[in-house]
Amino acid sequence: MVNGIIKENPTFVLLLGMCPTLGTTSSAINGMSMGLATMAVLIVSNLIISLIKKLIPDMVRIPSYIVVIASLVTVLQMLIKAYAPDVDKSLGLFIPLIVVNCIILGRAESFAAKNGPVASIFDGIGIGLGFTLGLTSLGAVRELLGTGAIFGQTLWGESYGMLMFVLAPGAFLVLGYLIVLFNKIFKKA
Amino acid sequence: MVAVLTVIALVAGFVLAYVNSVTAPQIEKINAENLAAGIKAVMGSDDILVSDPEEIDAFTSYSVSDAQGASLGKAVVSTSNGFGGPLKVLVGFDNEGTIKGYTVLEHAETPGLGAKAGEWFQDKILGKNPGSCNFTVSKDGGDIDAITASTITSRAFLLAIQNAYDKIIAGSDATTSATTQAKEAHQCGAEGECADCQAEGAECDSTHASKGEGKDCCGKCKE
Repeated sequence: MVNGIIKENPTFVLLLGMCPTLGTTSSAINGMSMGLATMAVLIVSNLIISLIKKLIPDMVRIPSYIVVIASLVTVLQMLIKAYAPDVDKSLGLFIPLIVVNCIILGRAESFAAKNGPVASIFDGIGIGLGFTLGLTSLGAVRELLGTGAIFGQTLWGESYGMLMFVLAPGAFLVLGYLIVLFNKIFKKA
Repeated sequence: MVAVLTVIALVAGFVLAYVNSVTAPQIEKINAENLAAGIKAVMGSDDILVSDPEEIDAFTSYSVSDAQGASLGKAVVSTSNGFGGPLKVLVGFDNEGTIKGYTVLEHAETPGLGAKAGEWFQDKILGKNPGSCNFTVSKDGGDIDAITASTITSRAFLLAIQNAYDKIIAGSDATTSATTQAKEAHQCGAEGECADCQAEGAECDSTHASKGEGKDCCGKCKE
């Protein structure tokens, strides 16, 4: 699990799932929502893939994984819409974005297809937490620099704001600096 | 190989169809509840009677009256094309066509940018009348400030409201020529400002002078 948070952190080390990473981290709460929604799908998809891996011939494994993941995300979205409307209000927008997140397919291919169900679930939790932490910190820095607030709590005056950090260029800049910082701290050896 | 992929796709198809059939009625129910709550919110009152929906072209209109049966206005569901997909807005008009409130029912706008439409326009369009006000973003020469960095969402949002007004309100009581004249005279914001100066009383003169909008925004301020 720790592997997914530090050594193979999807955001700062593997650099997977950059599309939602850059797109949804305009504030800390958005980043966290995207991270948690991804984690939920990742855990279940890892479990299913690891259970059915022996049934799938090698040559069609990628299309099979995609069918499984896309169906899973759709099912999840329908269930949330029907039975957890409050969750749907806060997470609903992010769920369709998970289909295009290559972390899910990446972990299915590189971990779940080679390991048992229990190990795959923990890999899902670890990578999911790593992704959530990455997105939340990225969102927090952008929100702080862009609007002077964190999790919607304004820290200094309303008039403060560098809009650039909330927009796309800020996403690339902050991500770059956070990767530098992350590698400086954890890649000693 | 082909067989396995076919089976996987078939199973996935069946699972999707099954979950859809189970969840669809529930989702429908939640949407209906949201709509009922939304109508109360946009008309600014809990104690209301809502008529059956009336479909006019692409719009759904609900006539709203208070508990005694006096007409309060109309709540209209209007849809336009946003940045990420359809943008469905519920907007409440009083009998003169002034906006009492709005809520975004469905949207697929960018989180953190266009998705702010639900809050952003609350203090910008309430109390204004699309008949006398230019409901386009200031970039296009209109009277409403667009959401920062979300001009397309803002355009779609204002278009949805303007269309609802044109079709349901202006179309229904044939005041179109009057509203066109008012629009030319450009009295936007008059009613919104009015509410301000009535509440603040004596301060209204300096407020409006400093905004450069003159003192004649309403009867109370003229004195």
